[in-house]
Amino acid sequence: MINLLARYVNLVVLTIAALILISFSLPYLFPGDVLTNMSGIVPESEAQRAALEGVYKLNSSVFVQFWYYLNTLFSGNWGVSFSSQESLFDAVSIAFPATIELITYALLISVVVGIPLGFIGGIWHHKPFDFGVVTFSVVSYSFPVFWLALIFITIFSLQLGLLPLSGRVNLLYDVPHHSGFIIVDILVADIPHKADALYDALQHLILPTLSIAFVTTAIFVRFTRRSIMDVMEKGYIDAAKSRGFTTKQIFFKHGLRNALLPILPLMAMQISTLITNAMVVETIFSWPGIGNWLIQAIYQRDYPAIRIGMLVVSVFVVTLTFTIEFLSRAIDPARDKFERATI
Amino acid sequence: MTPFSLQTSKRLKQKVVNSLLVGCCLLTSACSQQKTDITRNGITFCSESSPASLNPQLDTSSTTADASSHQIYDRLLEFNTDNGRIEPGLASSWLVSNDGLTYTFQLRKGVKFHSTDYFTPSRNFNADDVIFSIDRWRVVSHPYHDISGGNYPYFDSLGLGNTIKDVKRINGYRVEISLYKPDSSFLANLATDFSVILSAEYAMALMKDGSPSYLDRFPIGTGPYKFLSYRKDQFIRYQRHNDYFLDSKGPENLVFDITPKSSLRVAKLITGECDAVAFPSQNDLETIRERDDLTLLEKPGLNVGFWAFNTTKAPFNDPRVRKALALAIDKTSLLEAVYLGQATRAKSLVPSASWAHQSNMQDLGYNPVAARKLLDEAGIPFNFTMNIWAMPVQRAYNPNAMKMAQLMSSYLADVGVTVNIVSYDWARFRENLTLGMHDSVLIGWSADNGDPDNFYRPLLTCAAIPSGTNRARWCNEEYDVLIESALNTEDENERRIFYHRANQVIFRETPLVPIAHAYQYQAVSNNIQGMVINPFGGIRFDDVERTP
Repeated sequence: MINLLARYVNLVVLTIAALILISFSLPYLFPGDVLTNMSGIVPESEAQRAALEGVYKLNSSVFVQFWYYLNTLFSGNWGVSFSSQESLFDAVSIAFPATIELITYALLISVVVGIPLGFIGGIWHHKPFDFGVVTFSVVSYSFPVFWLALIFITIFSLQLGLLPLSGRVNLLYDVPHHSGFIIVDILVADIPHKADALYDALQHLILPTLSIAFVTTAIFVRFTRRSIMDVMEKGYIDAAKSRGFTTKQIFFKHGLRNALLPILPLMAMQISTLITNAMVVETIFSWPGIGNWLIQAIYQRDYPAIRIGMLVVSVFVVTLTFTIEFLSRAIDPARDKFERATI
Repeated sequence: MTPFSLQTSKRLKQKVVNSLLVGCCLLTSACSQQKTDITRNGITFCSESSPASLNPQLDTSSTTADASSHQIYDRLLEFNTDNGRIEPGLASSWLVSNDGLTYTFQLRKGVKFHSTDYFTPSRNFNADDVIFSIDRWRVVSHPYHDISGGNYPYFDSLGLGNTIKDVKRINGYRVEISLYKPDSSFLANLATDFSVILSAEYAMALMKDGSPSYLDRFPIGTGPYKFLSYRKDQFIRYQRHNDYFLDSKGPENLVFDITPKSSLRVAKLITGECDAVAFPSQNDLETIRERDDLTLLEKPGLNVGFWAFNTTKAPFNDPRVRKALALAIDKTSLLEAVYLGQATRAKSLVPSASWAHQSNMQDLGYNPVAARKLLDEAGIPFNFTMNIWAMPVQRAYNPNAMKMAQLMSSYLADVGVTVNIVSYDWARFRENLTLGMHDSVLIGWSADNGDPDNFYRPLLTCAAIPSGTNRARWCNEEYDVLIESALNTEDENERRIFYHRANQVIFRETPLVPIAHAYQYQAVSNNIQGMVINPFGGIRFDDVERTP
């Protein structure tokens, strides 16, 4: 087990190192002054330029520069944005939790709805309910996320006037920033009208979360359905049946666990899809997350912000993917633990 | 064969259906937008862009003025939003000497500055605050002059720093301002959005702490709202100033929700996420008019949208080229396509709402043949390439500069001129314009006060080139003399003659092509009362209230 963990950590570290190397090379590849692309500051005087060059050691060899680049990254000194001159670290630490919050809820809905539906469909496959489930999953899998989000807005916000179409919470509620998760922040905040604020935040969450969750749920339904159908045809199920176990016992003792195991690694593969969808949805719902922020940065050709945004998002995806992969390997007795680490 | 008996399947199905039903109920029960306490005591205004600063002395953009001028600050004098007359503000009365050189202001007593997390005032507003606020931009050696960049574009473009000789304290509540030469627009300038009164006490405290630039980022004023917080591209929060010296009906909380997309602003107005929006786009006006729960306010605006040539660059330094290009475009179809008929054709700088408007002014019509002839005379070859800078934001005077530039490029192609359209983000756009990097630009001007000098001087005089409001970078001695003479004259009829002569100079030289005077629009939810369009500057919320 330790061996396996070491292999995964090794793989994660190497991948992240490669990503950092790419992000380090971006300021050289983007048009314009390398120093400005790196720091986000347009030096106004020679003295300021010299001071900045001192931080990034631009006059030294590439290896020394990379070392100092690593230093600035790990000390949280990520430079400032071109357009706003705000610290990128601060901007990311406000925007990123908003995205994580959105995907967490979307993922939660997908798991809670998708996996049971998949089980039911798989167990009674080729029955009317199963046809319903399959139809639902095919249809919602085929919806482009941005289109679905716009349809939601048209129906629920503009036509029916039931739900808000932008932001995380009505701005009149002044929720102080702690964790960056709006629900958590409201719960720990010492503000008047807490219950109202929570209610308002939940309303803001519904449409963006559902827009993302639709596609992911469809994927989970299909995985689970396929998986439980495979498991139920296995010899050990027949053996259990012949020994006189009840259907309930067979399903919970043999079916459930064995069907769930192959789903976990498949979930890991969905993380990047989930993030991409979240970015699109954030832009449509003006959700102040990393996707929205990154798209604004791209519009404004804010190179320091693009560099950091790309690094943060990719490190997040890589770490999460490897973690889930490792967990699924660790709990699945059928998979060879001494095999090489893979994704 | 199914592995389950029919009975279990029925039971399971029932359970699933039940749980689904419960889920649906939970979802739908959460779905109804109600007004709660806090939303009843607050107003959300969807603004179009992030302000560059929270001190309007530093910026002429209307975004900055909207966000700060009438919310956080007060001025010595105010414009009446209906008729443009000058009314008392922080000055309760004033006296002008017979030679027009000395102005004495009696200040209001008992006016309190904001008390916030970051500053608690120990005294009321007095003469020191007036002297500090004016000297900051007037006196180059003032310790605060160079803080936050040291550019005061409005005052610099009018050359006001050189007009004022001295600002003197007579006593705690009386200030005397003396001028070098008479200036008939001086009182109007003190009433503009930019002549705000800052707190001298706060400035001194900040200087002592070594963080003077906080003066413009964490503002303290006497206005109806105090500043709470600002996040770029997201929001600005204000809270009611309960000790405001006037009766204010304003709400407890005021939020500017920064929403750059105009269609999204209107959508948020429809869903009730905004109570009022800035600059509804021309396409959405019909939608707003059709809805019973929304009101569209409109007023002929004191503005002008124009196409300015960079007259310091060849070949645009040749009046023949400028005139030819002006003849090559069809203004009437631009008015229809870009303003959708919500504007009047501009012949000179000032709109008909101003007393200095000249109704019998000549205008350059659409004449591509004459245009090509003039271009040939000036030696401009076929396939000459120029750029048109199209501003990236919507303004009343030009709701869609990009579209206008595209239309113009097809007109100019007919006379053999190829056009590249250029755009940057708003801050960079104006920066590069001030540096004179453009060939020509589609931009405009909204008046800050009702005085015609506010159009003629900042837009085309020599002194306005370095401050960046003279986008044509045009400097003409004859024009400057006329504008100067108009300012030295008190009589409106005599002033009008000077301005009409200036119109002739503009027509002859064509440093810019006036295109349109647009109507101003504001869309407001019917729950809101007291919103008016302020033709003399930034939006005001002091008398806005929510109906129960």
